[in-house]
Amino acid sequence: MGMRSSFLLVGSYVLSSVVACQQPTVKTLPILGSREPVTEVVDGQTVTDTVYHTIADFRLLNQDSVFIDNRTFDNGVYIANFFFTHCPSICPTMQRNLLKVYEKYKGDERVRFLSHSIDFRYDSPSVLKTYAEKLGVTNDQWQFVTGSKAEIYGLSDSYMVYTKEDAAVPGGYDHSGHFLLVDQSRHIRGAYDGTDEAQLELLFDDLATLLKETRD
Amino acid sequence: MRNQCLYLSAALLSVYVVFHSCQGEQAIRRAQYTVNGQKVYATHCQNCHGARGEGLGSLYPPLTDSTFLLKHRDQLACVVKYGLAGPVEVNGIPFDTGMPANPALSPIEIAYVLTYIGNSFGNSMDMFTLEEIQTGLAACRSAGAEEE
Repeated sequence: MGMRSSFLLVGSYVLSSVVACQQPTVKTLPILGSREPVTEVVDGQTVTDTVYHTIADFRLLNQDSVFIDNRTFDNGVYIANFFFTHCPSICPTMQRNLLKVYEKYKGDERVRFLSHSIDFRYDSPSVLKTYAEKLGVTNDQWQFVTGSKAEIYGLSDSYMVYTKEDAAVPGGYDHSGHFLLVDQSRHIRGAYDGTDEAQLELLFDDLATLLKETRD
Repeated sequence: MRNQCLYLSAALLSVYVVFHSCQGEQAIRRAQYTVNGQKVYATHCQNCHGARGEGLGSLYPPLTDSTFLLKHRDQLACVVKYGLAGPVEVNGIPFDTGMPANPALSPIEIAYVLTYIGNSFGNSMDMFTLEEIQTGLAACRSAGAEEE
């Protein structure tokens, strides 16, 4: 038996054992939010389909004073959160954690980040720009957006995040510090407490899982 | 001669015991301050400065610059209590975000938290006593009064 054929034999053995060991159970993430069955008649046949909760349409000003909308995130998945630049409570921890994800996926255009400011009075695009630079964000993969109170607070419902203007809390705005993992079809696939390191690890895992089902 | 030897060793032993117990007391007090300080830190400082004192980008300075801390030791109590408005350079990076005041912190809590910071994150500044904090606060109060 020649050298080449023995290589082939060993190679095919290794390959077949790898293939044999791979289980067909591929982990997929759930789609979060409300869902409802919709029954339609298509081509004379009755078809029932499930309509999942979807992120609403938006058009918001980013840190470069440019309008962005849902299509900015069409080429992959994104992680959204709500914050404000002068937030003295949970935001620094939240953004420090999200920065770790950003730094890992920097340059990988399939992963984007969207931080909504809920301080519609103070956080103008220039304030957001300065904030982004100081945080260490150097490309457009991470967008920081501002809009009217109605736009931002309405959108937070769509992301299932609690936001409220409240003079009684430090900073003047109350909000939850969750990260929302959104897929290419605008469905929420995961929600993570942005101030919790264990939840951050879960986000890293889930993000990798979600990317496997992402189309180019 | 033998008695003398015994007396001498007994005397040496008692000196050693006294010295050691004093040191032990000091060490216990420092440990107590550090433990209490960690709680104060988690409540009032950690969000911005980080669990490991790493800061955040050029938004919030790290607390790992021992040279900076040593140089400004006398002012640290006032910074914690009254915040910081002007720009500051830490680890060679300029910061101008400003630090909010913590008016509710008592002098002993400031002693706790500075002892914690001063002996964590690679710093070794020994203890911040209550007296040191009170002196520091009095100095910046009078400096503030002069400015007004």
